[in-house]
Amino acid sequence: MRHSYTRAVRMAGVVAAAALLAAACSSSKKASSNGGGTSGGGSPTNTLASQCGTSDPITLTVGLFGTFGFKEAGLYNAYHQLCPNITIKEDDVEQSADYWTKLKTRLASGSGLDDVQGIEIGFVADVEQNHADQFVNFSSLPETAQLKSTFYDWKWNLATSHDGKTVGLGTDIGPEAICYRSDLYKQAGLPYQPDQVAAKLTTWNDFINFGKQYEASSSKEANSHFVDSAASIFSTAVYQGNEAYNKADGTPDVENSDGVKNAWQYATQAAQAKITAGLQQFSDQWNKAFQSGAFATIACPAWMAGYIKGQAGDAYKGKWNIAPVLPGGATNWGGSWVGVPTSAKHKEAGIKFVEWVTAPAQQETWFTKVGNFPSSKTADQSPSIQNHMDTYFSNAPSGKIFTDIAGKMKIPPIGLYDTQIQNAFTTQLTNVETRGTSPEKAFNDALKAIQQVTG
Amino acid sequence: MTLTTTTTPGDTTQPVSPGRAAARRRRRRIRPGGRAAYAYVAPFFIVFAAFSLYPWINTAWVSLHDVRLTTYNKQKWVGFANYHNLFTNDFFWNAFKNTITIGIISTVPQLCMALGIAHLLNYRLRGRTFFRISLLMPYATSLAAATVIFVQLFNKDTGFINWFLHGIFRLPLIDWQNNKWASQIAVSSIVTWRWTGYNALIYLAAMQTIDNTLYEAAAIDGASRWKQFLHVTIPGIRPTIIFTIIVSTIGATQLFGEPLLYEPQGLPIGGTGRQYQTLGLLMYEQGWTNDRLGLASATAWTMFVIIVIAVLINLWLARRREKWTGSRNVIPVTAIERQEAAT
Repeated sequence: MRHSYTRAVRMAGVVAAAALLAAACSSSKKASSNGGGTSGGGSPTNTLASQCGTSDPITLTVGLFGTFGFKEAGLYNAYHQLCPNITIKEDDVEQSADYWTKLKTRLASGSGLDDVQGIEIGFVADVEQNHADQFVNFSSLPETAQLKSTFYDWKWNLATSHDGKTVGLGTDIGPEAICYRSDLYKQAGLPYQPDQVAAKLTTWNDFINFGKQYEASSSKEANSHFVDSAASIFSTAVYQGNEAYNKADGTPDVENSDGVKNAWQYATQAAQAKITAGLQQFSDQWNKAFQSGAFATIACPAWMAGYIKGQAGDAYKGKWNIAPVLPGGATNWGGSWVGVPTSAKHKEAGIKFVEWVTAPAQQETWFTKVGNFPSSKTADQSPSIQNHMDTYFSNAPSGKIFTDIAGKMKIPPIGLYDTQIQNAFTTQLTNVETRGTSPEKAFNDALKAIQQVTG
Repeated sequence: MTLTTTTTPGDTTQPVSPGRAAARRRRRRIRPGGRAAYAYVAPFFIVFAAFSLYPWINTAWVSLHDVRLTTYNKQKWVGFANYHNLFTNDFFWNAFKNTITIGIISTVPQLCMALGIAHLLNYRLRGRTFFRISLLMPYATSLAAATVIFVQLFNKDTGFINWFLHGIFRLPLIDWQNNKWASQIAVSSIVTWRWTGYNALIYLAAMQTIDNTLYEAAAIDGASRWKQFLHVTIPGIRPTIIFTIIVSTIGATQLFGEPLLYEPQGLPIGGTGRQYQTLGLLMYEQGWTNDRLGLASATAWTMFVIIVIAVLINLWLARRREKWTGSRNVIPVTAIERQEAAT
C-alpha cells in the first residue's frame, strides 16, 4: 500500500516536471520569437542566453531587506515575461541589521548566498572593503561604461573599492526634503503652502525658530510638537558636513568632524527648546504618532514619504505636504545597491537581472509605484518622474522636488561603522529630550558607546 | 550519571591481578547490554558535543582573539585583552549590576508566590484541575506576544498600570521606560508572570509526595495550617526548592528575551540609558550590533563563571541552612526520616 502510494507520487512528480519543461520550452520559443525581431535573429536559445544569462529553466534567488519595491512594482512578473525560463524567488528580511548579520555569516562561510544580494548604505563600505572579491565586479564588464553613465557618480563610487572593484549597482537613494502636516501648520496660524514653508526653513536656525513659533502658538493642536525627534535633525545635518563619521580615507573620526559638531549643536538646541516630540525613530510609539498628530514635521528622504503613507494611512491623505527645501543644504539619507556573489549558483543570470532591474526604465517604475527614489540620473530626467505628483502629499510634485535636491547633494565619506555610530548619537539625543541629560554628558556617553564599536 | 553506573559494577568485587584484570576487561566488553548502553546514551552526547562542547571551547578560543564576523577568517591573537577591556569598562559593570538587581526583583517574589500558590492548590479545592492548568498558561504563552502586551500595560501615557496607579490612586505618573527602577520592575514582572505558575506546579508535585499522615500527626499535636506549612511542607520539599532556586538563578543570569522585547526600538541596549541592559543583552550587542565577537565571547565566558559561582553560593547557603534548621525543627524532620526508613 505504502509502496504503491510513493510510486504514484513519484510518477505524478515526473509527469508534472515533464509538463513544466514542455511549458517552459514552448513559452521560451514564444518569447524569443518576440525578441528576435529587435535583436535581429539568432537561434532562440542564444537570444535567451545573451539576454537572460541562461537558457535553462532556473529559479533565481534574490536576498533583500525591508522594501526594495521590486515585487511591489510587479518587476518580477515583468522579468518573467522577458525571460520565461527564469522564475524569481525573493528572500526578504524585514530589518536590515538582521539581514546584514545573516549576509556576513554567509560571506564568512562562503556558502548559502543568494544569486542576488541587496546591500545597504549602512554596510556598503564594509562590503567593498572586506568582501569586494566575493562579489561580481561591475567595473570589469564589457557594458561597464554604458551602465556607469546612467548612475549618479557618487552612487557608483560608494560601491567601488580603492582598487576599482564595483560590488553592486544602485537601486534607490535618499535625497531629503521636509515633510509636514499642512493642516497642523494652518491650525497653529503658520504659513502652510510649500513655497512659503520652504522660505522659512533655509537654515537649521530658521528651522528651530519656526519650531519655536509653532510651540508658542495658542491655537496649535494639543500635545503636538513641531518635529518628531532631535534625531531627525541630527541624522540629516550630520551629512551636511565635509565629514560625517569618517575621515576622507574612511577611518572613523567623530571628534574632529564638522558634520557631527554642527548636527549635535542643532539637535540639542532643538531638544532644549522643546520643539521635539522626543520620540525614538522607528519605535512603536513613533510609528503610532503618525496617526495622532504628535508632531507636524519630519526630515524626509524620499523613502520616508513612502513610510509615512504606510504608517499614517488613508485617513491622513491630503493632510501631508512636501516643502522643496532642506535646512542647511541638500543631502542624502540612506539608499541601497544590488550585487551578485561570485559564488552564486546562477551568476550570469544574476548579473543580467541586476542590470535589468537597475536600468532607468525599472527605476522609474518603482519610484512611481513604491516611492523609492532612483539612483539613475537618466531616470530622474524622464518625464514620468519630472511630472510625478504625489496625491497622498496634496499633489506635491515629489519627482521634481527630489530630483532638484538629488542633483545638488553633498556626499561625505562613509565608513564601516556609520550605522552604529549614528545609533549611539540618536540614543543619547533621546536622553537629552526625555531624561534631561545634559548635552555634554550625552555626547561623552555617545563617544564611549562608539569606542565600544570601533575598538 | 549513566556512564558511571555502567562502569562501576565489578570494580569492587575482587582483588586485581594483571591476568584477571585483562580477563575482566574482556568480560566487561562482551557483557550483554554494555555496548548497547553506550549506543543508547550516544545520541545525547553526540548532540552535546556538537552543540554545547564544541561551541563552548570555540567561544573560549575566540575570546582570546580580536574577531569581527565580517573579517572572520582574519582573527588576531590578543591574549586576555578582551577580558581586560571587559572588566575595565562601564558597560559591563552596568549590565552586571542590572542582571543582579533584575534577578533579585524577579526571582525572590516569584518563588515565594509559587510556594504560596502551590500550598493553596494542595488543599482540596473545587475546580482544582482548572486552577492547576491555568497556572501553566503564562508559561505556554509566546514570550514575544506576552512582552508586547506588557509593553502596552506599562506605557507611560496610555498604559493600564499608570491609569490604575495615577488615575485611581492619585500616585505620581511613573515612566516605566526611562526610570531605572521602574523599568527593572516592569521587566521583572514579565519574568515573574511567566515563571510563577511553572514553579508552583513543580512545588505542588513535590508537596504531593509528602505523606498525609505527617499533616495529621501535626494537626493532632495542635499545629496550625501555617505551622504545618513551615514545619512539614517546607522541610519536605527542600530539595525541590533548592532545585528551583538554582534553575531560576541560571535563568536570571541569562535573562535576554524580556528586556530585548521591552525596548521600544528592539535594540539590545536595555533602554536609552542602558537602565535595564542585562549581561545577555550586552553580549548580544557586542557580538551582533557592534560586530566584536571576541569581546562578546569574553562576556559569554564571564557569564558562565558567574553562573557557576552563583550556583555554588546557593548550594553553600542551602547546606548551611539545612544544618541550622536541622537542629531546630527536630520533630518534623525526624518524622520524615522515620517515614523514609519505614518505606
